[in-house]
Amino acid sequence: MTRSQRKLWIGLLIMALLTPLGIILPEKFKAGDAWGEWGTETLEKLLGYVPEGLKKLSDLWKAPVTDYNFSGEDSSMTVQILSYIASGLLGIVIVGLVIFLISKFVAKNGK
Amino acid sequence: MHIPDGYLGPQTYVPLFGVSFVFMSVALKKLKKELSTKHVPYLAMAAAFSFLIQMFNIPIPGGTTGHAVGAGIIALLLGPWTAVIAVSVVLIIQAVVFGDGGITAIGANCFNMAVTIPFVSYGVFKLVNRLSSTQSRMSVAAFLSGYAGLTVSALLTGIEFGIQPLIAQAADGRPLYAPYPLEIALPAMVLEHMLLFSIIEGVVTVLLLRYFLKNESDLVYALSVREA
Repeated sequence: MTRSQRKLWIGLLIMALLTPLGIILPEKFKAGDAWGEWGTETLEKLLGYVPEGLKKLSDLWKAPVTDYNFSGEDSSMTVQILSYIASGLLGIVIVGLVIFLISKFVAKNGK
Repeated sequence: MHIPDGYLGPQTYVPLFGVSFVFMSVALKKLKKELSTKHVPYLAMAAAFSFLIQMFNIPIPGGTTGHAVGAGIIALLLGPWTAVIAVSVVLIIQAVVFGDGGITAIGANCFNMAVTIPFVSYGVFKLVNRLSSTQSRMSVAAFLSGYAGLTVSALLTGIEFGIQPLIAQAADGRPLYAPYPLEIALPAMVLEHMLLFSIIEGVVTVLLLRYFLKNESDLVYALSVREA
């Protein structure tokens, strides 16, 4: 690894440690979900009903780490913050592994 | 901007799977031709960067949240086709592992963010920046490239949301999928991005381009000789 690459990886690690800002600031400024990313409960509140097709598709997939949170939706802010950092680090690892796997098949030496 | 499962009907998400699949296949072919082993770490870092920057939700006080994608700067540094791969990998992992964006909407989300942003950003940068450009002009080009990339992406997302009530209704006439019509969905998506999130994408693009010009200028694809 070159020196400048090491510097960039350290930058990414620092970014991962700072990711909780992405949940703390919205909480402080009372901002909710992203537009069009509401859960079915929120939709029920917004519309008074949940569109039928949407309801059917919405629980198609149960992600292992839903919303970057390792414990339930009602977990304390501290747990959420730690979960978020861990998700960021986990994301770096998985994304890195997948890219290296793809690259193994496509990259050429000495070009 | 990660469309969840259920917001798009199959009439929308199936064709968008097709479109994204075509772009990814071409991108992989190009990567096979051009990717050298020395660039692999940068590709991995670019994808990691996009993953992380999307975790920084920016609040509109009392309203919604949004985030940058980092796809514009990746397109300038590594080329738009390479950016397609980096950001697609991120979006697929977000959907499968973290439930951010739907499984059925992977095609749509990849089209909106991993395909649209790189090409719009790259095109705008090339249009505004000239070979003889001063540093300030190049910075303006970089800002506009990030800004336009994310804004067009939001525009497409808004259209996809907004056409759902036209395409599919339940027996009682209520929308079957995303409930808000174009005249609500489109301005909501576009304005929040134009006023805040796209500005962040633009600033990120400028700052990182300047960093790489200073420290690793030979990496910057958008300024490389074969492209100039």
